[in-house]
Amino acid sequence: MADQLTYNYKVVRQFAIMTIVWGIVGMLVGVFIAAQLAWPVLNFDIPWLTFGRLRPLHTNAVIFAFGGSALFATSYYVVQRTCHVRLLSDTLAAVTFWGWQLIIVLAAITLPLGLTQSKEYAELIWPIDILIAVVWVTYAIVFFGTIMKRRVQHIYVANWFFGAFIITIAILHIFNSAAVPTSLLHSYSAYAGVQDAMVQWWYGHNAVGFFLTAGFLGMMYYFVPKQANRPVYSYRLSVVHFWALIFTYIWAGPHHLHYTALPDWAQSLGMVMSLILLAPSWGGMINGIMTLSGAWEKLRTDPVLRLLIVSISFYGMSTFEGPMMSIKTVNALSHYTDWTIGHVHSGALGWVALISMGSLYYLIPRLFDRTLYSLKLVEVHFWTATIGIVLYIASMWVAGIMQGLMWRATNSDGTLTYSFVESVQAMHPYFIVRFLGGAFFLVGALVMAWNIWKTIAGAKPATATIPAPAAAH
Amino acid sequence: MADFTSSFWNWYIIIPTIGGIIACFLLIRWLSTGAIKPGDKAESMGHVWDGDLEELNNPLPRWWLNMFYITLFFGIGYLILYPGLGTFKGLLGWTSVGQYQHEVDVADAKYGPLFKKYQEMPIVAVADDPDARSMGERLFVNYCATCHGSDARGARGFPNLRDNDWLYGGSPETIEQTILNGRNGVMPAWKDALGGDAGVADVVEYVFSLSGRNVDQVAAARGQEKFQMLCVACHGADGKGNQALGAPNLTDNVWLYGGSARQVTETIAMGRNGVMPPHRDFLGEDKVHLLAAYVYSLSTGQEALEE
Repeated sequence: MADQLTYNYKVVRQFAIMTIVWGIVGMLVGVFIAAQLAWPVLNFDIPWLTFGRLRPLHTNAVIFAFGGSALFATSYYVVQRTCHVRLLSDTLAAVTFWGWQLIIVLAAITLPLGLTQSKEYAELIWPIDILIAVVWVTYAIVFFGTIMKRRVQHIYVANWFFGAFIITIAILHIFNSAAVPTSLLHSYSAYAGVQDAMVQWWYGHNAVGFFLTAGFLGMMYYFVPKQANRPVYSYRLSVVHFWALIFTYIWAGPHHLHYTALPDWAQSLGMVMSLILLAPSWGGMINGIMTLSGAWEKLRTDPVLRLLIVSISFYGMSTFEGPMMSIKTVNALSHYTDWTIGHVHSGALGWVALISMGSLYYLIPRLFDRTLYSLKLVEVHFWTATIGIVLYIASMWVAGIMQGLMWRATNSDGTLTYSFVESVQAMHPYFIVRFLGGAFFLVGALVMAWNIWKTIAGAKPATATIPAPAAAH
Repeated sequence: MADFTSSFWNWYIIIPTIGGIIACFLLIRWLSTGAIKPGDKAESMGHVWDGDLEELNNPLPRWWLNMFYITLFFGIGYLILYPGLGTFKGLLGWTSVGQYQHEVDVADAKYGPLFKKYQEMPIVAVADDPDARSMGERLFVNYCATCHGSDARGARGFPNLRDNDWLYGGSPETIEQTILNGRNGVMPAWKDALGGDAGVADVVEYVFSLSGRNVDQVAAARGQEKFQMLCVACHGADGKGNQALGAPNLTDNVWLYGGSARQVTETIAMGRNGVMPPHRDFLGEDKVHLLAAYVYSLSTGQEALEE
């Protein structure tokens, strides 16, 4: 078969383009609800536009539509290129593309209608959950099937991370979404009370750990050395931080339930493992950044590389902040405040979005046999995005710490100094700054979309023949 | 022990926890060998993927290893001192319930006398004391404002506390009882008993006539007959209600659930269930005493006079 001599770039192209489309949609919703928090009148008294319904739409769109499409695109590209074989099956790969898009469209319809099973990051109702499970298992078959028929002996490090991400997300999704349906649109969770909360945050934190971290580390391990044209810094570091990361992350969920009905022993274990998680997380950062050693000067001239390296820096920053926030005494101040929102966005905008965008700048021109339309525009994108992130997280630090302090302030008679609504009122200026930060980031994404459009307009899809693997030496 | 149904689960927690931490320790010990001499370059692992992807084998950075060891030792130490390893309570005997109780005890010892002072005084006297009223106001905005509003003017389903119109009575003692023990204001659903929508509509006409609205006299007369049969037990023959039952006065044009035809129809047809939760255990009697004085002061206008 002639097909077997080339890589399957079609499915990679489809996912890569949809990454940009869903990214802009998801970020637009995010900016809109950020504006609603500053100016509540913007929900126009229309139920479908209220914060409670659009917020899950935003998180699902940016995590699973944008982030998910980016992971599909890059993992399919990387697994083929580093195994020197075509994907296991073009049909099954197409099933994952169309299946995933269908899931996204269904989410975009059901969430504004208020149909939810009200688990954070797992809001979608049970029929869609089943569809996700089917698509995800198909994805695992395509990915691991491709690994199994590889033409090189050693499995490249990026594939370890993609593999861990695919397996763990399947387990997390299936267990957390277990439910007893009462109708086509409604179900009850299979778990009750604090067990339900624990399963939910076991899922929720590992959605961060395996979807938003392990998967994107896989991306880092391919696109950073490629763009820098340098070897990966340390093989043994990648071994240590891979195993330590996947072992430790799975325990960290209880730190979302400090000072709740969750038994003390479970809270303690969540905190201890979150602290141990610091070094494994930073192992990835070191390996990414030190890959540049001997090529630091490229940061001055290559804005794509700069985007990738800054994303790793934000990764390092938020994986330091996370363990700190898991310490019970810190958490007593930070929990339920906007500090958490800022922390999530330093990871989501700084790490996840920037590493994806940097990877797409490398990837998309190669999928169309073109060179990037404008490096100048990448530069513009880099700066607007960075300013946006800084505005976002700085405003949320101030807002969050202020909320935490206002909520615990007491008068000389022991009564609380501030009522809740006073703390809400005090947030107004920071909510406006956060909105501006999000808007900057969105503008950067639009600049990228324009740049990519100019790059690929009129281009023919590229085909790439599979080179013979290098002989072992 | 309630967390574990058998000792199996205890070991199920302990063994993977300790084992996992030891495994991390062994993993980094094992791979932290192979330092390279200063000036030497790390060697490639010798594998090549996708044309030019290679891996060097630099040693693990010393500072990073030390950080890893510190967190592992911290973890072990924490699990010795605090609960974490299954049913093992930790050497410090710390519990979150204990911490909470300790903080509450400290606060009670410190602030208790401030509230005790007012507990001895009658509510009317407390309401006259500006310091007591501002303490009461601070309690109110934190514990009551969610339903009754920070200005105490209420919301639909939650009574206005400034209008001197009382469902259960406005004497200082009654207000205190309401806050201490809570109230449950039940209006049953009357649609079936009244013979469906038409019957409900007649009673709505009659009820509106009680507060002087222009109504369809014929329908109101039909409604009056039903009212005299079914509604008088609680709302009284004159419709002025009964504070012993919490049945509202229907003649004063104050409407807890809204006074439009649609809202009153809904109230009569479907019923209402208003809940004021009890605060005796939650706030304690001394704080409720201050709150009662504050709420009482709102209705008597003491606060209004100062404003």
